[in-house]
Amino acid sequence: MPGLPLSLGITLFYVALIVLLPLGALVFKAASLGFEDYWRIISSDRAVASYRVTVLCALGATAANVVFGMSLAWVLVRYEFPGKRFVDAIVDLPFALPTAVAGIALTALFAQNGWLGSLLAQFGVQVVYTPLGIMVAMFFTSMPFMVRTVQPVLEDLDPALEEAGQSLGGTDWQIFGRVILPLLTPALLAGSSLTFARSLGEFGAIIFIAGNRPMSTEITALLAFIRLEEYNYAGAAAIASVLLITAFVMLALTNYLQARALRYTARN
Amino acid sequence: MSARHANKPPRIGDAPAFRRFMIGFVLVIGALFVLAPLLVIFTQAFSLGVGHFTATIAHPDTRHAIYLTVMTALIAVPLNTAFGIAAAWAITKFDFWGRRFLLIVIEIPFSISPIVAGVAYLFVYGLQGLFGPALQSAEIKVLFALPGIVLASMFVTAPFVARELIPLMQAQGRDLEEAATSLGASGWRTFLSVTLPNIRWALLYGVVLCNARVMGEFGAVSVVSGKIRGQTNTLPLHIELLYHDYNTVGAFAAASILALLALVTIVAKLALERRGAGRAGRPALAGPATIAQGKTS
Repeated sequence: MPGLPLSLGITLFYVALIVLLPLGALVFKAASLGFEDYWRIISSDRAVASYRVTVLCALGATAANVVFGMSLAWVLVRYEFPGKRFVDAIVDLPFALPTAVAGIALTALFAQNGWLGSLLAQFGVQVVYTPLGIMVAMFFTSMPFMVRTVQPVLEDLDPALEEAGQSLGGTDWQIFGRVILPLLTPALLAGSSLTFARSLGEFGAIIFIAGNRPMSTEITALLAFIRLEEYNYAGAAAIASVLLITAFVMLALTNYLQARALRYTARN
Repeated sequence: MSARHANKPPRIGDAPAFRRFMIGFVLVIGALFVLAPLLVIFTQAFSLGVGHFTATIAHPDTRHAIYLTVMTALIAVPLNTAFGIAAAWAITKFDFWGRRFLLIVIEIPFSISPIVAGVAYLFVYGLQGLFGPALQSAEIKVLFALPGIVLASMFVTAPFVARELIPLMQAQGRDLEEAATSLGASGWRTFLSVTLPNIRWALLYGVVLCNARVMGEFGAVSVVSGKIRGQTNTLPLHIELLYHDYNTVGAFAAASILALLALVTIVAKLALERRGAGRAGRPALAGPATIAQGKTS
């Protein structure tokens, strides 16, 4: 078959120039700092506080998405109701909507005078400029991952498994807990790792709603950005490299979990 | 529903009360967290009347931001498409050493924070970076100009077209192309009249999603553009600028253009899925590591 030199040539050139060169430059810059300086930057109080708020909010958003994503996938697969096709389509909105647009929209919605913010204020809950706001932004931007990972597994679930459970006299909750949930677990794990990874790297939607106070509502991606604006290139490189390493760890984890989920569904 | 399943025993969770509760729960959360933000954009955009809306859109800075965003897409999307086709052709029509590794490298940008991408580009083309000093002495502007914006957009969207084509072309195999070339067709002829008709909807699907991401990219572009008002501000950056100028209504007016683009993207996506593009069961607009498995659903 013809075309290998041309197609592979274009591919390698593009990958090298667009993807590998910049990542290599970042790693090179971070590595040239020397271990002591590097460690001092990435273990500074402000950096550690940013890891804490980023990771905790991402965990919260992921937990919320496990519950909501699984419920939504269940409803879309199992039930018929008016407007179902519309709901199925609108699930992709968080991916289609630019993050900056999502950021200002969520901020306006949850602001003290916003539609939801004013309602929540009556219960003493403030979302904007708190970690809760970061969580809301992460929840929104990563929402489709969980639904779209769980949905096909639920669709392929063999009804005979449930019938077997029913004929053995199991209640609905017993069958769900002991038959369906174990079958969904690989997909839930894979969806969770996608959601979590996306939440760790999210920037555009969060910076509008977070308030961005150092030590409390400043996420790690923003800290890297701030270091750049201060012309502190070493600081930016070091913080960005932490995000890069985390991304690679999450990529490996997601690959592993997805491969496992695929094997699992293939076997059943 | 009841007619279709009339002869089947009720499945678990089919109890009417539970069913109503679940549908209600999902619709309420969906309305609050997905539909409401969308409505807020358009309500806010027109909250000071149509006049203010059109004034924002017609402002030279907004018009320039739209122009820059469209220009970026016009350059980045075709280049990305060419790359996606080339990568899919090389990876699915040939066996070579490092093929699986190449698949993973193509998907890397999905996993990386756009901010990291922007910072990384600064260390290549910035004054602090590898080529910065050389570029400056040659008076070539990459950063804080259109080339930097295009490059950063190409990074974040690198996998978009390739990931739609690779699983499809893998499933279609090599038989048709091999038959065509053995009958004497050239490589280009084979691609244009044998391969392309089979992949056109998936290709268009990838292009639509790639375009949406390029036009909406914020994080990576905000690092490399320099955010010079009326010069290097793309539409998402212009929204941020208006917002921080306390021109909230203006920001939402500009945002409504991108929200409209998102809605058009979703409609186009649905239409293409009806023609068989896009594989069910994986996140459609972003998300790593499905093609690395080398399998189709």
